Amino acid sequence: MNDDFAIDVRGMTKRFGDHTVVNGIALQVRRGEVYGFLGPNGSGKTTFIRMLCGLLAADAGEGHCLGFDVIRESELIKRQVGYMTQRFSFYEDLSIAENLDFVARMYEVPERKKVVRESIDRLGLGGRQRQLAGELSGGWKQRLALAACLIHGPSLLLLDEPTAGVDPKARRDFWEQIHQLAVQGLTFLITTHYMDEAERCDRLAYLSYGNLLTNGTAAEVVAQSGLTTWTVSGPDLPHIAQQLRSAPGVLQAVPFGTTMHVSGTDGERLTRAIAPYRTEAYRWQPITPSLEDVFIHLMGSSKDNYSP
Amino acid sequence: MSQRTPLSLARFWAIVTKEFIQMRRDRLTFGMIIGIPVVQLMLFGYAINGDPKHLPTALLLGDQSQQGRTLLTAMKNSDYFRFVTELHSEAEAEEALARGDVQFIITIPENFSHTLLRGERPTLLVEADATDPSATGNAIASLRTLIDSSLRQDMKGTLAFLAPGVPPIDLRVHARYNPEGISQYNIVPGLMGVVLTMTMVMITGLAITRERERGTMENLLSMPTRPLEVLLGKIIPYIFVGYIQVGLILVAARFLFHVPMAGSIPLLLLTSLIFIAANLAMGITFSTLAKNQLQAVQMTFFFFLPSLLLSGFMFPFRGMPEWAQMIGEVLPLTHFLRIIRGILLKGNGIHEVRGELWPILLFTTVVLTIGVKRYRKTLD
Repeated sequence: MNDDFAIDVRGMTKRFGDHTVVNGIALQVRRGEVYGFLGPNGSGKTTFIRMLCGLLAADAGEGHCLGFDVIRESELIKRQVGYMTQRFSFYEDLSIAENLDFVARMYEVPERKKVVRESIDRLGLGGRQRQLAGELSGGWKQRLALAACLIHGPSLLLLDEPTAGVDPKARRDFWEQIHQLAVQGLTFLITTHYMDEAERCDRLAYLSYGNLLTNGTAAEVVAQSGLTTWTVSGPDLPHIAQQLRSAPGVLQAVPFGTTMHVSGTDGERLTRAIAPYRTEAYRWQPITPSLEDVFIHLMGSSKDNYSP
Repeated sequence: MSQRTPLSLARFWAIVTKEFIQMRRDRLTFGMIIGIPVVQLMLFGYAINGDPKHLPTALLLGDQSQQGRTLLTAMKNSDYFRFVTELHSEAEAEEALARGDVQFIITIPENFSHTLLRGERPTLLVEADATDPSATGNAIASLRTLIDSSLRQDMKGTLAFLAPGVPPIDLRVHARYNPEGISQYNIVPGLMGVVLTMTMVMITGLAITRERERGTMENLLSMPTRPLEVLLGKIIPYIFVGYIQVGLILVAARFLFHVPMAGSIPLLLLTSLIFIAANLAMGITFSTLAKNQLQAVQMTFFFFLPSLLLSGFMFPFRGMPEWAQMIGEVLPLTHFLRIIRGILLKGNGIHEVRGELWPILLFTTVVLTIGVKRYRKTLD
């Protein structure tokens, strides 16, 4: 057991029937780190998080979470973890203040009234504290959920798609707050589908169909992919995209706004493949692959465990 | 196909197919569609009998004569009376009737045959527990003709002078506890039990499924909660609600229906607590078994139906066949009905009521244990 890690688990496995949703995942997250958890829908991110905080019983696996045994001591882990569910899961028929007060009571927070009041003030929810949670907009619900997760002073926050359906401004504010809290020593494990959010994480892991495909800093993940990427701009990109996709050496041709990224793992073959298209009309440029290129590549190369 | 056709066969058929698929997926609803008619058929067809027979009867014999025996044999042969015990004192008889052990007490006084033979019309006392008038009505109605015809057999020859004219016996029927046979006296207190069963089971039945359906369960489980905290925490507020209902019904019983209140109201409130707890435990256990709120309501209904029909609320308990009585004995409502009717109409105290309390407590314990066991601390 290493005390530098908030999460240090190996072989975490969960099956539903004969279908393995999380397949022997190992993960190490340092204390004070903001760790991004990426992968397509149904890749096992939520299931993994639920196993960490004792919401699901793991079928196999070992290790520690906040120094406690991840299998046997989930009751102790729960007390120090804040879990923000994907779907808003506070009481819509309670007000903001009542929800926070309830959560504080559940965790037996000392000086509860003061803590709840401070939490409301800190989040700028003061004017709305009597409003029912069900009447709040998506952004405010998310603020409330975060405040509730923080109320018992956890040292690890597990946030499951916290910014889904939240407007860009609220999203930026949210991440601002996460980094402030991380500086104070909180550890974050955050699932997201947004690339800009992934880039703001200290380190990332990418899951697909229950398997952990890659992890490390954004730069490491890009380097490990072994991808070579060119960007191209010019007329009628969808047309050449279709032709390029069947060309040898081209793994993917992905539109990025008005440009397109063309990638392959073999640089030379890729250069040969795009050669016929390097005409006057098109501007080609070799670039470092973006995270999205890498993830699209990973997604395309992994196999659905439902298929035979 | 034209837009104006009122019915597209393809679309219509698509909806029919979809409904069948959904029906097949929802096993519980399908089970109820099959189960409810079966249960109702069995209950109404076999269990429910508006003319209860073989009613338990106790004897208080002051005279061991031939004439007395003839009378008793005739009563027994009528199928209405089943002699279960012989008692030796008025006090014993009083208690047996109060506890509801017997429906009737037949007293044959001392010198019965002597008085009869002297033509002085001895008294035959029949005391009936008339809290539920429909349970005793037919048996009592049959008594007079029964006695006349049976004694007529004996009164031949030298005794023939006794036969005609006025009946040779002074039959006195005491319909105890509800002498006027007012059915509201029986129904209104019973209604309290029925209302509590319905609402308490339903409200708590929804308690956990609602959290599951709204997604708040995931949050609750991620906090350091223990099953007993959640289950008891959800039960307590509804005890309060239950008492509001008890109060309402008691006030209505007193002032609208003028139901007599012979016994102790504090005792009634105390026993109500145990009964409310039993129903809440049932509800909360349904809540841990049901997948969603609809299923919880369906389970409530499945519990409510036999409670209503087999508890002695709608039909005299003693009119049901043995198997139905056995099911009835398990249900808390059966025992609560005896308690509340006992307290209000008979003036029973804790001594008489005690015997009905432990089956309710046992039920609560078993059901709550299942609930705590079934309560999942994880989302698995």
